[in-house]
Amino acid sequence: MTNLLQIKNIRKTFPGVVALDDISLSIAPGEIHTLLGENGAGKSTLMNVLTGLYRPERGEILFDGTPVQFRSPRESLELGIGMVHQHFMLVSAHTVFENILLALNKVPNFYSRRKYRQQVQQILDQFNLDFELDTPVWKLSIGAQQWIELIKLLVRDCRLLILDEPTAVLTPQESARLFEVLIRLRDEGKSILFISHKMREVMEISDRVTVLKKGRSLITLSRGEYNENKLASLMIGEDQIPEWQKSFRTSQELALEIKNLSVRNDRGLADLDNFTMKIHRGQILGIAGVAGNGQKALAEVLTGLKEASSGRIMAGLRDITNSSARGSYIAGIAHIPEDRKSIGIAPDMTVDDNLIMKNFSSPSFRRGIFQDRGAIRRNAAEKIDQFAIKAGPTGNPIRYLSGGNIQKVIIARELSENPAVLVALYPTRGLDIGSAEYVHKVIADGASKGMSTILISEDLDELLKLSDEIVVMFRGRLAGSVDPETATREEIGLLMSGEVQT
Amino acid sequence: MKLVTEKRELTTKWFRFFAPIVSILVALFVAGFLLLAAGVNPLQAYLEIVQESLGSLYGISETLVKTTPLIFASLGVSLAFRMQIWNIGAEGQIYMGACGATAVALFSGFENPALMITAMFFAAFLSGGLWAGVAGLLRARWQVNEVIVTLLMNYIAILGVDYLIYGPWKDPKGFNFPLTAQFSDAARLTEYFDTRLHSGFFLALFCALLLYLFMERTVWGYEIKVIGSNPKAARYAGMNTGMAIFCVLFLSGAIAGIAGFGEVAGLQHRLQHGISPGYGYTAIIIAWLARRSALGVVIVSFLMGILLVGGDSLQLTWQLPVAFVYAFQGLILFFLLASDFFINNRLKLVRGERHA
Repeated sequence: MTNLLQIKNIRKTFPGVVALDDISLSIAPGEIHTLLGENGAGKSTLMNVLTGLYRPERGEILFDGTPVQFRSPRESLELGIGMVHQHFMLVSAHTVFENILLALNKVPNFYSRRKYRQQVQQILDQFNLDFELDTPVWKLSIGAQQWIELIKLLVRDCRLLILDEPTAVLTPQESARLFEVLIRLRDEGKSILFISHKMREVMEISDRVTVLKKGRSLITLSRGEYNENKLASLMIGEDQIPEWQKSFRTSQELALEIKNLSVRNDRGLADLDNFTMKIHRGQILGIAGVAGNGQKALAEVLTGLKEASSGRIMAGLRDITNSSARGSYIAGIAHIPEDRKSIGIAPDMTVDDNLIMKNFSSPSFRRGIFQDRGAIRRNAAEKIDQFAIKAGPTGNPIRYLSGGNIQKVIIARELSENPAVLVALYPTRGLDIGSAEYVHKVIADGASKGMSTILISEDLDELLKLSDEIVVMFRGRLAGSVDPETATREEIGLLMSGEVQT
Repeated sequence: MKLVTEKRELTTKWFRFFAPIVSILVALFVAGFLLLAAGVNPLQAYLEIVQESLGSLYGISETLVKTTPLIFASLGVSLAFRMQIWNIGAEGQIYMGACGATAVALFSGFENPALMITAMFFAAFLSGGLWAGVAGLLRARWQVNEVIVTLLMNYIAILGVDYLIYGPWKDPKGFNFPLTAQFSDAARLTEYFDTRLHSGFFLALFCALLLYLFMERTVWGYEIKVIGSNPKAARYAGMNTGMAIFCVLFLSGAIAGIAGFGEVAGLQHRLQHGISPGYGYTAIIIAWLARRSALGVVIVSFLMGILLVGGDSLQLTWQLPVAFVYAFQGLILFFLLASDFFINNRLKLVRGERHA
């Protein structure tokens, strides 16, 4: 059988970094091939090579047996390689139909709406998807937007579909639905390149798995040749995944109490609606929920980026709802933001500079009005070492770092002042097992020292593993709260979908 | 055969350094055709520019005289650019600075030169700063686009100064010319070597050094750079971005205002019509050419000074209009912006059919 796509000995370097060293990989027609690897292993770079954003320095790409060279994403798309990116490429003011139309090979000058509508509708029917084609995209949930990205590729009749962590934004039920569709697509002969960190999914869906490590393709295993432990140890290069022991002693002392809090967004709609919760000192409170159900607003109001429209936030006996009263308190709240690249860092500045962004004015980093460059450098060297950040040469702008390393910089910075409260939004999203494990350890260590953590995550495994208590958010409200010792994934999933309330 | 553009993945420092120089050379080349069309031999004209501006003590002093206001205005503009705030109003701020300094010179009655000069300096600083501060306030408080506000306020400033010199401030003994009375000796900067070169030039160099230290070494400079790089991240890190926008625009206008002080106290010794022949606009080009670095501003201002002095002499010897100098400046900016494209991309000629 000829392979649909064959990659041979690809090499790609960036100034000072070898991103892809020697990658070989083949994808057969009608298979789901998973790409597994830590951050910085080269997954994103490889995707960018396949979709024509980067050009490899060495090596060969064969598509359908013919050698190809991509100069732009368009050329690879024309061949039938399509990708669903982690960050969607949709025009949010346009309708679903208009967005799909954009994906067509040649958008006709005078298109016959009816003809294309039929074509789109046919695909929707084929997969039992139910979309109102004239809804503007911004009204749709993140999960639904992802479907549109996928439909765009199907309309183009792509032969190789690349999905970059597609389940990150889905409920367990929605993920299951996606997998059904992917398996059907595979059975119809499409090839799928799947990128994920979640072992459960990898086990469930892959026909073959290729493990990347440090820019090399380590090994390709077929179904049956791998199990969770083996893959994990290949990825992080240790034989043993550290066993997790929950040993938190939560005190009875309240750290924060949120009473009937409401927050409105720019459109005047309630992002948080009468939300109430308590968190104790040293507690790790997990917040589950599909992204976009008020988690971000909760984090922003706690960290002073947004104002509450009603309700109260109490720290012990002090009312800190009003941000002026909160000012001094907010200083003690660390925040790992959801969108690390757009609000967590100043991309053009160095790693050193980014590491002091929260406490740049502290006396330890200044001499009078001047910055103490020596102290800033020492601080950076210490953090880079402590958090094992791959920072590249000194003076490197932070935007050259991989996502996982950027996240490490943010976490290193946020935790440097021993905060009383940590608000962490999706802290391990997009991180490899090694880094995620490290983040978990940092959070757990903090808790044992009395730091209260509000852990907002979509990864149920992570929530179940770390939290002392899990509350579920749905449409800005508290949908329910469960005990992680006894709760099942299904139970939480149902709460997340808003179908049940406890 | 087909021409395709392709992203360059590696751009060397070398490349970034030479891009402005190449842009200037290409602009010289294209401007040559304009000169030819005007019936002037471009090589002769360029030679004359260099001779006139650098060939004698007088030429050099004149070049430095022109360089002085350019340095101030460009420093102000580049400071705001560092924070991604587009202050297009340096021209107006120069006029306001000149106006503030003149008010002190004419009406304060100070007789001690040090006191007089200091008071004039701060009056110019405040006038320019508050003028730009209006745009800063509007931007910080209500997100009003600062490009529009600073640009339009130029006209208000220039016409406002015209009103004063045609009206209430007009020199009664000035034969009805639109200018104020001459300043007293206390209100004049020191001049050197029997030329028009005045101490404002050294003040400008000092100012550049100060601003360099401010941007690269101080905590505030750090804040400005973070806000310029990512305002969202700055807010998230607890920085008061609104306050910073106001302060930076104020300071930016204040420094441009000093240019006005230098012109009236060091050169004209009175306020008159057309006190700045577009230094504030040239400053935008300079800030961009210098890549917003304070020390780069000094070098590029000097180059522009050469062009202005040389351009003046072209007007005299060849009867070329001053528009030639502006056209040449425009060409430089044009090719500089184009060079940004070539820094990040390269062109490639592709032969035959491609695989794809």
